[in-house]
Amino acid sequence: MTSVRTAPDRFNPMALRIRAMWQSDLAWAFRHSPVAMVSFVVVVLLVSGALLAPLVAPHDPFDPATLNLMNGFTAPGTPNAFTGESFWLGTDDQGRDVFSTILFGMRISLLVGFAAVLLGMVIGVTLGLIAGYRGGWTETIIMRVADVQLTFPAILVAMLIFGIAKGFTPVEYRDQIAIWVLILAIGLSDWVQFARVVRGATLVETKKEYVQAAQLIGRSGTAIMIRHILPNVLSPVLVIATISLALAIIAEATLSFLGVGAPPTQPSLGTLIRIGQGFLFSGEWWILFFPACTLLALALSVNLLGDWLRDALNPKLR
Amino acid sequence: MQTKCLTIAAALLTATSLGASAEALRWARAGDSLTLDPHAQNEGPTSALAHQIMEPLVMRDMTGAIVPALATEWGPSESDPNVWVFKLREGVSFHDGAEFDSEDAVFSFNRAMTPDSDYKELLASVKEVRAPGKYEFEIVTDGPNPIMPSNLTNLFIIDKGWAEANNAVKVQDYEGGEDTYAAKNANGTGPYKLVSREPDTKTVLTINEEYWGKGEFPMEVTEIVYTPIQNAATRVAALLSGEVDFIQDVPVQDLSRVAASDGLDVRTAPQNRVIFFGMNVGDDDLATDNVDGKNPFADIRVRQAFNIAINRDAIMKVVMREQSQPAGVIMPPFVNGWNAGLDQVPDHDTDAAKALMTEAGYGDGFSIRLNCPNDRYINDEAICQAAVGMLAQIGVTVTLEALPKAQHFPLINKLETDFYMLGWGVPTYDSEYIFNFLVHSRDEKYGSWNGTRFGNSGLDSKIEALASETDLPKRNSMIAEIWQVVQDEQIYVPIHHQVLNWGMRSDIQTIVAPDDTAKFKYFSFN
Repeated sequence: MTSVRTAPDRFNPMALRIRAMWQSDLAWAFRHSPVAMVSFVVVVLLVSGALLAPLVAPHDPFDPATLNLMNGFTAPGTPNAFTGESFWLGTDDQGRDVFSTILFGMRISLLVGFAAVLLGMVIGVTLGLIAGYRGGWTETIIMRVADVQLTFPAILVAMLIFGIAKGFTPVEYRDQIAIWVLILAIGLSDWVQFARVVRGATLVETKKEYVQAAQLIGRSGTAIMIRHILPNVLSPVLVIATISLALAIIAEATLSFLGVGAPPTQPSLGTLIRIGQGFLFSGEWWILFFPACTLLALALSVNLLGDWLRDALNPKLR
Repeated sequence: MQTKCLTIAAALLTATSLGASAEALRWARAGDSLTLDPHAQNEGPTSALAHQIMEPLVMRDMTGAIVPALATEWGPSESDPNVWVFKLREGVSFHDGAEFDSEDAVFSFNRAMTPDSDYKELLASVKEVRAPGKYEFEIVTDGPNPIMPSNLTNLFIIDKGWAEANNAVKVQDYEGGEDTYAAKNANGTGPYKLVSREPDTKTVLTINEEYWGKGEFPMEVTEIVYTPIQNAATRVAALLSGEVDFIQDVPVQDLSRVAASDGLDVRTAPQNRVIFFGMNVGDDDLATDNVDGKNPFADIRVRQAFNIAINRDAIMKVVMREQSQPAGVIMPPFVNGWNAGLDQVPDHDTDAAKALMTEAGYGDGFSIRLNCPNDRYINDEAICQAAVGMLAQIGVTVTLEALPKAQHFPLINKLETDFYMLGWGVPTYDSEYIFNFLVHSRDEKYGSWNGTRFGNSGLDSKIEALASETDLPKRNSMIAEIWQVVQDEQIYVPIHHQVLNWGMRSDIQTIVAPDDTAKFKYFSFN
């Protein structure tokens, strides 16, 4: 990190810490980037909407008992012809309120996104560190596996993993674990990026004096990797993680759109778009339009934040 | 203009006698044929494709009337009431050139009576088939069977020599996942020949120039390109953009859009098909529920609760956009045995359903898995989703598993589902067909689509007796008695009768067949 580290004040640590953060280079860069600020606001709005969905949403679309089929296909803002009920963003084919469904669907998209990136990050960073530090055969094997995986499009790898996992799961558990399988599938298709970057950074760090000093005083390889090298290779990881988050959300939406992701009774944004796509010709545009806009806003702002973070952390661009 | 083009094309075709396409018809529907083996799966789209390539002895034309195909005349034998005599068409050859005669008919019937065949229920009353002459064929039944010919309209004849040469004497074991030569290749006598086939992708057929009915039928379609398109929006987009000429299942939400398009028509007719849910009423415990040690469906009150928890009116209005007719019995109105009283739709009453559940000891509900196809019936998955919501209101947590029909149907055949959606069309237009497949307990000859594990030996013998009851009023009263049991026991939850919507280029001339089977030899263009 390039931020200026102040010694923790014994008397008022909190205030000092906040002040230090506010004065850090990163915060300065943030305050001077309108794109980053707008993206940040959008992300915060969407994420808090998703987190607070049970409080904010007019009803719980995942509870089938609360649905009234007669409310199906209500246009935004106009009362339903049979029931007279009105919905802000309309309803889908099953009478689910589109606004509530988007909020709840976003929870699944975000959960899958975050968890998949975390999984990919843990695997990728670990393998990257080992490859970069150990070198030799270990490195060759890990990096060739990574290269092979890179030659397949990530979505294909994810579909393959999804298919295999589904095949091994007893039918009665499929729905419950569909989300976890999605996380596994996207996470496993995603580790290569992390591994390559971390390996490169580790190669550089391993030659530095502090690592040699640690080796000389006899610290174990594992300890050196975790305690000494890892903190120094984390900033590129952070950048990749942010960009991967946007990609993972899109990957989840793509898988669900193709019908292999989240089950229709627990729709994520991708499932909603898949459902809505069937009603494009017949004029019920809102079922597709609003979830698609939400997905666009979410993925775009996370991506813009990632871009900004990459520039802010890159000393050459300053 | 079109006619002129056609004439020129036809002239060219005769002049060069090439199989090149004069008027190709690109045909799409939601799902593909499951197999080309004509006896392995008794399923609508499967026999629809087979009808272009192969022929039965007698068939239904586009209006539903029984007309000659490979048999020219038929009738009960004058000497023995237990025998049906068929006079076979002479001078017919299979696509590979082999001649058709009574040996092939005997072979095909015997093949269709083996345990792996999905047509054995239709031939359950048959004791033996024999060939007294080269073009004479006889069916000997267990007592007189007055409706035998209507059982044969989808029973295709294949060449004995071809089957023996290609190791296809045995019927493909579809549920067991077997793959055979006959599942991928076909050699029939039909109006179209198979050119190429990639399952679930594309099947190409070309006109059979040697067809016996050339001149008798329009046969203006010279090439058929069949592409299954599962996604409803993609399917209708393909029709709107002119990528296909004819789709058999226009999504209900897009009917007005297709009808309003220049050069496209929607033609509508009630279909001979009813959609319903089946429940495992027979097992002691269910694998897919959360109730230990007993089977909730074994309690008739639970079945009755399910029956009145389903809001058929809402499904018709919202999911089907009025393109269906709510049903009270698992029998289409075309069928002998149907009456409005049986088909009376039960009133939707969530409170009464809840009370029944409480009475049965399931006041807190239970959870169960529902298996649904997603490429077979109109809006099948959406209907199931709607049912999930309606059943949730009486406390039942339903986990929905929607699968393509190729994976869904084996679950019913192999008894691996406890709660499932099925649709049933009745090619014989008689209740016996429904009883044989769906009500008779499962054994070697009967009940192959009865996934309910329901069995009642008294009822079974009544069903078996139908085949040889010649006194029609008596037979009809037996049918009524059996329906009474089916209704009282509530082993199925009927949903609705489907309405057919065929979308096509306006210049295509055809009527909409109530069995949803397009027989392209009857199609013409103007």
